[in-house]
Amino acid sequence: MSAPESDSAVSAAPVESARRTLLVTLVLCLVCSVVVAGAAVLLRPIQETNQKADLIRNVIAVSGLLKEGLTEEQALKRIDAHMIELATGDEVKGIDPDTFNIVKAGKDPEISTELTRREDVAGIRREPRYLPVYRIVGTNGEFKKLILPVYGYGLWSTMYGFLALEEDLRTVQGLRFYQHAETPGLGGEIDNPKWRAQWTGKVLFDENWKVQIEVTKVAVDSSSPEGHHQVDALAGATITSRGVENTLKFWLSDKGYGPYLSRLRQERS
Amino acid sequence: MSYQHKKIIFEPIVDNNPVILQVLGICSALAVTSKLSTTITMCLALTIVTAFSNAAISLVRNHTPSSIRIIVQMTIISSLVIVTDQFIKAYAFSISKDLSVFVGLIITNCIVMGRAEAYAMKHPPFPSFLDGLGNGLGYSALLMVVGVIRELFGSGSLFGYPILPLDRDGGWYVPNGLLLLPPSAFFLIGMIIWVVRSWKPAQVEQPEYKIYHAPRPEVAS
Repeated sequence: MSAPESDSAVSAAPVESARRTLLVTLVLCLVCSVVVAGAAVLLRPIQETNQKADLIRNVIAVSGLLKEGLTEEQALKRIDAHMIELATGDEVKGIDPDTFNIVKAGKDPEISTELTRREDVAGIRREPRYLPVYRIVGTNGEFKKLILPVYGYGLWSTMYGFLALEEDLRTVQGLRFYQHAETPGLGGEIDNPKWRAQWTGKVLFDENWKVQIEVTKVAVDSSSPEGHHQVDALAGATITSRGVENTLKFWLSDKGYGPYLSRLRQERS
Repeated sequence: MSYQHKKIIFEPIVDNNPVILQVLGICSALAVTSKLSTTITMCLALTIVTAFSNAAISLVRNHTPSSIRIIVQMTIISSLVIVTDQFIKAYAFSISKDLSVFVGLIITNCIVMGRAEAYAMKHPPFPSFLDGLGNGLGYSALLMVVGVIRELFGSGSLFGYPILPLDRDGGWYVPNGLLLLPPSAFFLIGMIIWVVRSWKPAQVEQPEYKIYHAPRPEVAS
């Protein structure tokens, strides 16, 4: 074994003294915090670019355009993003939907409003005033699908995702969560392609445009009239499943995209 | 005293494998081995963290008062884990989403702490670095074996490329769903330990106690 390094370089006090203990702790904490903070700051721009690219990729994935045989670049051209004001359903100019950060917006008191406990079905506490929506258009620019960002609290985390609606604004094209921290293997199964596939074709509203969707523990009977309003819950993840149901209920209600959706319906009828 | 550098690196792969012989670091081995892409990222992360934390801890070992040595080790290990996590988030974003909490949980991986306390506190930086590297590789070797079996027979693919044509896509292979669930890694690791210990009987543990057969008491009647 090599000779131990000399102690005098750090401090004259013996290793086990209280002064020395404090000194070592202080130096160690300083060095470690510089390293950690340095890595976090230097890598942030790359992480943010990645996150943005990932977001758009998720919009494309939930849109079902890739299944129609389009490449990612072609699909990108079919997406028409804009910002809307949730309370009125008006389109808002002057905010870039590509750089709008949903996670930050939901916490920023300047552009979000606090929800009362009764209103806060999805467990998100604050709701941003503006959100981006993505319209999928056909080759001639005609409206095809609508993609809405949705989020709500599961068991451990806020689950951020996209809901894609068909042309009739009633039927689900897809539901996909892109950011969450639910238990891997249990609640984390909201990412499971099989579970996600169940959502396609489900109907979110009844004849009078009242929200009707349920995540149920009883096997879904697709022949019954309720069947197309029901989705099988995840096994072992009751709270996460309920979180998904509440998320949809909240965002489709008048507090969420209700005003925008009814405006869109009027425009299209 | 000269260190046999080769031995330090290669011994932990088969002869003194941290998972097979010491049965450490099992929990992450269960969680990340269902896909090879996540397995290899986790292996790299753990190897890098173990190697560098061992080197860093060894550097400060003579200045560390023994009363706070565990917390010093933890601080160094967790700083390295955070840095690694940030790198994975920056350069392998989709994999980092699959790994979720498990990179962060390297902090609690017994192999890292175990090597710091057992080796790095007593040896100079370079051998300690190699020891960390070797133990990381030993962990990686086992995880890769488990990962290959789980992905090949659980999803019929390796690194996401289809190898066995699945019956749901018109092929002949019916995937074994159990292999995609964490318990299957338990069975696989158990079997690997069994195979390795049959091959190298020196790794078999001595029984800690034997049942003593007491003589039957004689009952006078």
